Amino acid sequence: MTSGSVGARQQGSLSWLVLPALVLFTAFGVIPLIGVLVLSFTSWNGIGEITLIGFGNWVSVLADPALVHSLGVTFLIMALSWAVQTPLSILVGVFIAGQQRYRAVLAVLYFTPLLLSSAAIAITYKALLDPNFGLGASLGIPFLVQNWLGDPVLAIATVVFVVSWQFIPFHSLIYQGAVRQIPASLYEAARIDGAGRVRQFFSITLPQLKYTLITSSTLMVAGSMAFFDLIFVLTVGGPSDATRVLALDMYLRGFRGNMMGPASVIALIIVVVAVLLAMGIQRLGGKDAGESQLEGA
Amino acid sequence: MRPGTTEIDVEQNRFSRRSFLAMAMAAPLGASALASCGTTGPGQAGAGEASVWYLTGQPQEGLRKASVDAFNAAHPDGQLAATFFENDAYKTRIRTAVGANQAPTIIWTWGGGGLRDYVNNGQVDDLTAWFDQNPDVRSRRFDTAFPAATIDGKIYAVPCEQVSPIVMFYNKQLFEQVGAQPPTTWNELMALVPVFNDAGIAPFSLAGQSRWTNMMWLEFLFDRQGGAEVFDAIAAGQPNAWSHPAAIAGLTKVQDLVRANGFVNGFQSIAADANADQALMHQGRAAMMLHGAWTYGSMKEEGGDFVSSGKLGWIPFPAIEGGAGDPSTGVGNPASFVALSSQASEEQKAIALEYFKTGLLSDADVDGWVASGAVPIVKGVDSKFSGPDAPFQQFVYDSATQATSWVHSWDQALLPGPAEQLLNNIEQLFSLSITPEQFATNMNAVPSS
Repeated sequence: MTSGSVGARQQGSLSWLVLPALVLFTAFGVIPLIGVLVLSFTSWNGIGEITLIGFGNWVSVLADPALVHSLGVTFLIMALSWAVQTPLSILVGVFIAGQQRYRAVLAVLYFTPLLLSSAAIAITYKALLDPNFGLGASLGIPFLVQNWLGDPVLAIATVVFVVSWQFIPFHSLIYQGAVRQIPASLYEAARIDGAGRVRQFFSITLPQLKYTLITSSTLMVAGSMAFFDLIFVLTVGGPSDATRVLALDMYLRGFRGNMMGPASVIALIIVVVAVLLAMGIQRLGGKDAGESQLEGA
Repeated sequence: MRPGTTEIDVEQNRFSRRSFLAMAMAAPLGASALASCGTTGPGQAGAGEASVWYLTGQPQEGLRKASVDAFNAAHPDGQLAATFFENDAYKTRIRTAVGANQAPTIIWTWGGGGLRDYVNNGQVDDLTAWFDQNPDVRSRRFDTAFPAATIDGKIYAVPCEQVSPIVMFYNKQLFEQVGAQPPTTWNELMALVPVFNDAGIAPFSLAGQSRWTNMMWLEFLFDRQGGAEVFDAIAAGQPNAWSHPAAIAGLTKVQDLVRANGFVNGFQSIAADANADQALMHQGRAAMMLHGAWTYGSMKEEGGDFVSSGKLGWIPFPAIEGGAGDPSTGVGNPASFVALSSQASEEQKAIALEYFKTGLLSDADVDGWVASGAVPIVKGVDSKFSGPDAPFQQFVYDSATQATSWVHSWDQALLPGPAEQLLNNIEQLFSLSITPEQFATNMNAVPSS
């Protein structure tokens, strides 16, 4: 750390750098949020008069069993996709962190889903899972001929699978980088002490990945709060409301049902829940945030 | 806000994500543009010019453009500026524009509940007096087109373009294979279900994931069972209208059909936007399909020689034994509609009314629609049908002109909020997760306004 006076002078002269980001964030983040807050106290169908109705929307939305259901579906998809993605991402990440050439080739293949947009993935899977013209029917594999998007339980499983398929490569990439940062001397010491590969993985690799795990989980959890595009194209929240997550609920109420007031309430609920979750995860790993397990730090 | 059952709507889900992104990206641009100039929004006409917003999608887009071009050529002093929007983008955009008093002079609509919304907010002009002054405009159009343009006894929109009835299609080859005749009554229809299932053929194709496809069954069953007054009472918001005995009977019949495996396996996973339901028909895997008349065109295009070799058959929806409804009653979108924005200047309104009178369904316009395989809503237009599509066009023409009444697509007839609730409940009804009585209770609880 350099002296305080230099730090302060630099801070003073460079603070204008914050301006562009601040202006953009205010224009596209803060102001719309205030607008949504105001709308949540009104009744508006999109074309008529905007009338203030006090806490009417809040009372009706919070008392609506559909909100509890949407929250439940959101958390279920969040938990399941975290539980599926995290172990697989760590394993793939550790595997492709190795320096062997064949691993580099496989890594390129693993990362291809990163190149595709959610909408393209959803449309493709919708076609692949079609019970009459999809993969199962075309190749004559009876197991794959299921009512994937038409059965409530299968639809959730399908959504979790497609989400995982799309995002595991991204998280593997994060873990790959983290694994490569682990000092080789730790492994050398372990080998001298007689630790096998499995023991090394659980005693060195995993503990060293702790902060990466927190970062990756934060991204997953915050990301699942905003899940919209993939589910919208894949199931439109169906069958019935089996995959109707909060973001989808907000869109359908606002732009299909033309009830902007209740939709605004849900938008604010999403913001609050996402912020609380992100803070919670940060706190999980935050107690010893200053401590580093890297050698020499 | 699933749309109307116009031919363009089948495309809607396919492009919704893209249009959503386009809107998201355009929003800040639009906001800054509005902030900087503040005078005219996008798509607004200049001074002395009227504007109209239309939907994209061929062949309709070309016909719409041609009618505007012809009108402008004939009226050098009163110009009309047309802007075209993709279906889903249009629906969001027109609502925003009307709500912000930035609507185009001419508002294209599906009629029914959407139009009622504009009327309730004073956004469109009453055209009843104009129709009285121009009786020809009214008398040459199909009578069945007007109820969806009429709100509380006054006409607020001019019917135009084509009629899109819902038709029972069937595969003639499969009927020959099992030695059966197309059903004329509900009992015959139910008797055919095991016949086709035993032959390894799905009796009915259905794209259940799209929900409005399921709704078409109920539209017919309510009407055939209890007549038009059953849904009229629902649309008018009468209490407990969904619990009408005929409604319960119709809901029960559809569940009977589901239980009898009347619909293709896994129908809840099939979406209409990829035309997979039509493919089941023209590939010989499903014997029948209840769908909009517009699927004739797509089956002709995608089904190889299925349509051209005469394997596609069509019949009216079967009657119900002992039902109170008239079997001639049609279901579907009776026409497209154009309304006049109440926010437009007198000059713009004059241009728009002249377009309504001479531009819409002019001789050249009618010829264009007929050539595209459609049936424009003009009495006597059947004399122009010729070529390979003439038999189907004649069937559609007869359905529309001989119908004693017409059931407007429910999700268009209802206001947007209740329509969304309806589609949710229909999906649960078809997956047998609620009973007909629960369906009625759920829907009775939905406020109709």
